[in-house]
Amino acid sequence: MENKKEKQKKEIKKRQAKEYENYVKQFTPKPKYFMNSLKAFFVGGLICIIAFYVQTLLMNRGYSEKDSGTFVIVFLVCSAQLLTGLGVYDTIGKFAGAGSIVPITGFANSMVAPAIEYKKEGIVLGVGAKLFSLAGPVLVCGISASVVIGFIYYMMNL
Amino acid sequence: MQINRIGKQTFVFHNEPNIIGAAAVVGKKEGQGPMKKWFDVILKDDSYGEKTWEKSESKILKKAILLALENAGKTKEQIDAILSGDLINQLMSSSFMARDLQIPFLGLYGACSTMTESLILGAVLIDGGYAQNIIAAASSHYCTAERQFRMPLEHGNQRPPSAQWTVTGAGSMILSNQIRSQQMIAGEPAKNLVVTHATVGKIVDAGIKDVNQMGAAMAPATVDTIMQHLKDTGREPSYYDVILSGDLGMVGKKIVKDLLLKENIDVSTVYDDCGAMMYEKEQDAHSGGSGCGCSASIFSGHIFKEMRQGKIRKALLISTGALLSTISSQQGESIPGIAHAVAVEGK
Repeated sequence: MENKKEKQKKEIKKRQAKEYENYVKQFTPKPKYFMNSLKAFFVGGLICIIAFYVQTLLMNRGYSEKDSGTFVIVFLVCSAQLLTGLGVYDTIGKFAGAGSIVPITGFANSMVAPAIEYKKEGIVLGVGAKLFSLAGPVLVCGISASVVIGFIYYMMNL
Repeated sequence: MQINRIGKQTFVFHNEPNIIGAAAVVGKKEGQGPMKKWFDVILKDDSYGEKTWEKSESKILKKAILLALENAGKTKEQIDAILSGDLINQLMSSSFMARDLQIPFLGLYGACSTMTESLILGAVLIDGGYAQNIIAAASSHYCTAERQFRMPLEHGNQRPPSAQWTVTGAGSMILSNQIRSQQMIAGEPAKNLVVTHATVGKIVDAGIKDVNQMGAAMAPATVDTIMQHLKDTGREPSYYDVILSGDLGMVGKKIVKDLLLKENIDVSTVYDDCGAMMYEKEQDAHSGGSGCGCSASIFSGHIFKEMRQGKIRKALLISTGALLSTISSQQGESIPGIAHAVAVEGK
């Protein structure tokens, strides 16, 4: 009996919260999805074009595709690190959104940003402990997902 | 024993504690906004020459307190207690400020509602005869709040339009049982500010879980406190020249107006919000300012000065707080809102 009442109360609360959330929507400006997607497309595309340009340049100089590919990754990561350190990458990120988060440059940014932020708490307990605070969850979930998908793929090909 | 309360939640201060001095110190971005002429100090650099952001915030708070003391013509030896708070874990900014000043200290946490919380408790201490002079203060800093509640500063992410920008700034007021010696402002005798009533708010949780919707999360609490205050005192909104909420921002301000109108209370001519006033639209602060320093710096800067000059006679100041923690939002809890109101009159 008691439990039922409690449950009903929770239900009512949940419904009221939902109603309020819907009511609030009319006062909340929406993100400009179309413009944001467009910006993300162009900035993300630009990063890829730069990467491809560097790779082609190297391949024309006689490096193998694999070697130049590795170099491109190093180049992108280092550039993003430098831009983060100079305080430019967050401005690019604000403009481009997913366009600068999805490429590997975003990954570099998500590691350097906490490194700068927590430097004052020391090398070990500050930088060391917080370095993966943003990238860590992505790595854990990304690797877990690829293990699961890899397993399914293996089973399908048996 | 005399009961100094009317209605359900409102205190009456029969001895009318005076606000005899105030000062506001803000960061660079706030100093470029529309409120810039009211602030006592605008920093050129938000680090304020300190090595850590926490120390910068502490120094900003200390500066606001020392300036307010100077403004009130008091020395720190004459002060009985500091009531102050901020947003950082274990009230680091306030505690470290109090460590330097060596004045009895009560740290308060009311999230962004801290300024009126400290004002109310300060007025209670003076009205009850427990103190003669009290400092009420609050502070916040964009960089300390970001690192505690959100992302590292250099992380390149996008905020939704309903997000708010934590104000770098501090406000401080000196409460006293004595009237300040007569002063002239622009050829007119300056008004004396007294705290007449205070309404302590209760937590209202409307079920909002989105941390980028702070204005919407706090609006119902603000409405509840305003309505309770009007009911307890038997006043109409038009009794006040200004009804000012703390940091609801553009979104929250619209919701408060609409919710009150639904209850047949029209505040459109007197109501505004500090968060919505703090920045220009071009400053990219999205829905407006937030943080303890938002209402603290506008009450101690803009409102205090306007009231001293007699341009505002009666004001209802409401600091609004979202009492969430980083843990509670990760655990899927909704955001509890709170709002405390203080009625100040220039006499």
